[in-house]
Amino acid sequence: MLDFNLVLPFLPFLLQGALITIEISVLATALGLVLGLIAALARMSPIKPLVWVADFYVWSIRGTPVLVQLFIVYFGLPQFGIELGAMLAAVVALGANTGAYVAEILRGGILAVPTGQVEAAESLGMSSAKVMRRIILPQAFRLSIPALGNQAVSMLKESSLASLVTVSELMMVSQRFAATNYAYMEFYIVAAVIYLVMTTGMTWGLKKIEFRMSKSER
Amino acid sequence: MSETAIQVIDLHKSFDALEVLKGVSLEVKTGEVVAVIGSSGSGKSTLLRCLNRLEQSTSGTILVDGTELKGSKRAISEIRREIGMVFQQFNLFPHMTVLENVMEGPIQVLGMPKKEAAALAAGLLAKVGLAEKAPVYPRKLSGGQQQRVAIARALAMNPRAMLFDEPTSALDPELRGEVLQVMKQLAAEGMTMVVVTHEMKFAREVADRVIFMHNGIIEEQGTPDQLFDSPRSERLRGFLRHVS
Repeated sequence: MLDFNLVLPFLPFLLQGALITIEISVLATALGLVLGLIAALARMSPIKPLVWVADFYVWSIRGTPVLVQLFIVYFGLPQFGIELGAMLAAVVALGANTGAYVAEILRGGILAVPTGQVEAAESLGMSSAKVMRRIILPQAFRLSIPALGNQAVSMLKESSLASLVTVSELMMVSQRFAATNYAYMEFYIVAAVIYLVMTTGMTWGLKKIEFRMSKSER
Repeated sequence: MSETAIQVIDLHKSFDALEVLKGVSLEVKTGEVVAVIGSSGSGKSTLLRCLNRLEQSTSGTILVDGTELKGSKRAISEIRREIGMVFQQFNLFPHMTVLENVMEGPIQVLGMPKKEAAALAAGLLAKVGLAEKAPVYPRKLSGGQQQRVAIARALAMNPRAMLFDEPTSALDPELRGEVLQVMKQLAAEGMTMVVVTHEMKFAREVADRVIFMHNGIIEEQGTPDQLFDSPRSERLRGFLRHVS
């Protein structure tokens, strides 16, 4: 039957893989936030070409599998002389992917800020840019935090796809040792538990942040 | 400063096919308090919102201190600095403390140093009786307190005139007095004010002139005594019977 003692000697390697998983997730989420913010603002801008580019970005990313996007970046771009390396390719592909979803979330947040807020700021004589930066975006971010948190948790799980482009993150490491030890169930269950610990920790942390904000400010 | 603070000439405003303002002309003198009354749908709020371009009029001219309210966004913003606005729903910034709400305009629009803005804001909060609420977030305040902060926020820009859009309509009756008191004080200090209101007692006691709007035009105007004690038009008589 199951023998988890087989896994024990390899636990440090699995945890090292988990660290890479966290690294990919943090970097890709950060990239996604930046891309998402830019895309959300571009979609609401009065400059038509900007709107088109941002619309195309969100549409094409949301309409295709993330694995295809990852393979295009890792296996496809080298044909154009762009070799990013496995880790960077994973961060770029996953970041670009999450950015499209972040753009949608932030647009929803921006639209949810009451028009009275804009009117109050405009009546003080604020420019449109200042109204966006000082009044709308801070409130839109707060409104978006639950959805952005969910997105970050999905990212952590989706980062397992990076194993398919040779990044030694948790999934890759588990796969390797599962095969060499003929202990698939044991290694994959341990990997699942490590993922669960990470996602549960994140969810708990996000709840805390949400609670703090709802208590003091909104 | 010119004698006329705000001048409106033949203002029209339509929302699609619906004409809400059908040619309104009026002049507000510096230091004058004008109350605008009328039933809902009469166009009184739209008129007020046109005065600082929250609504863009369809045709007509608005002059603020002799400068026409038109042109680029930037030009509009510059004129808006001169006119304070107080909303029915207060519209305080929920992500800023009470003090930060009042400091925001001077810092962001006038480029005032933070320290100076904080001192100015603290003084204005004291003036509206809320000095001790400075570090609190708006949601912890009652409606009446929020509206007083909103007045302080508008005053922080040192405006030439203040517009009030039904400032007490969203408040429970027992909270209206504190807001009206602050407004009375402002009027006594010589602030130019245009107040859209349902508070007939306030209009009678504080306003220099009362304007009755009906169906997108000024149906009747005059001193409070003239309007309330001897209304000429049948519509005003009907309106006054309803509200009192």
